[in-house]
Amino acid sequence: MATKKFLYVNRKAPHGSIYAQESLEVVLIAAAFEQDVSLAFVDDGVYQLLQNQDTGALGSKNFSPTYKALGDYDVSKIYVEQESLEMRGLGKDDLMPLVYEDEDDDWAEKDSIHVVSSSELADIIEQQDVILNF
Amino acid sequence: MKFGILVNEGPYTHQASDSAYHFTAAALRAGHEIVRVFFYHDGVNNGTRLSVPPQDDRNVSERWSALAEEHDVELILCVAAAQRRGLLDEDEAKRAGKNADNMAPGFQISGLGQLIDAGIQADRTVVFGD
Repeated sequence: MATKKFLYVNRKAPHGSIYAQESLEVVLIAAAFEQDVSLAFVDDGVYQLLQNQDTGALGSKNFSPTYKALGDYDVSKIYVEQESLEMRGLGKDDLMPLVYEDEDDDWAEKDSIHVVSSSELADIIEQQDVILNF
Repeated sequence: MKFGILVNEGPYTHQASDSAYHFTAAALRAGHEIVRVFFYHDGVNNGTRLSVPPQDDRNVSERWSALAEEHDVELILCVAAAQRRGLLDEDEAKRAGKNADNMAPGFQISGLGQLIDAGIQADRTVVFGD
């Protein structure tokens, strides 16, 4: 099967609509297709990776722990747009730690999250074959 | 060129489904190939045959059905998204113990793998959303 570069662009807050949750479902299913997968979080999408989410009062499912499983699905390229974080008064420390084990480096645990500027993200977008926007 | 189409919004509330339809129809008219139209999120609501819009308005789901019949285009609803929103074909309705189904002609239920497969097969994947 051909390998393409897939980028999933997450733009919306995690719990006001279902986009974030259903986007994550696509990413997990897509892992079985062994494509080159990257995730980008921009605009309110950066809230999807916040630590300590609690949806108890909303009565909706808190799916945020699932992001921590991405490393096990070989999803290790997670780009968060710096400007989106800054505009919301957030920094990398506010995000869940997401890691993967690098098979080319004796399974060393490495950080999956890369905070990138919008121009760096533009370059990353430019390199993709398939971009799915959620 | 081979196009994959992703529709992320339902009919009438958002323009996304109309735009996707017009794009798909125009691509076919121009001799391009549509690998598949995949409906996700509220986009699955395009696949109901129970929608009854006013006479002087377009009928979004019938329009998709007609396109599928005329051009043999695959119209796929994501099974998980469809089940959540009560879009069921006869088999799914039976399996879920429901006494009705509502799938419009030309639509089929399948998995998210069909979206990824469309992305792999198509030269361009075009997303219609909000």
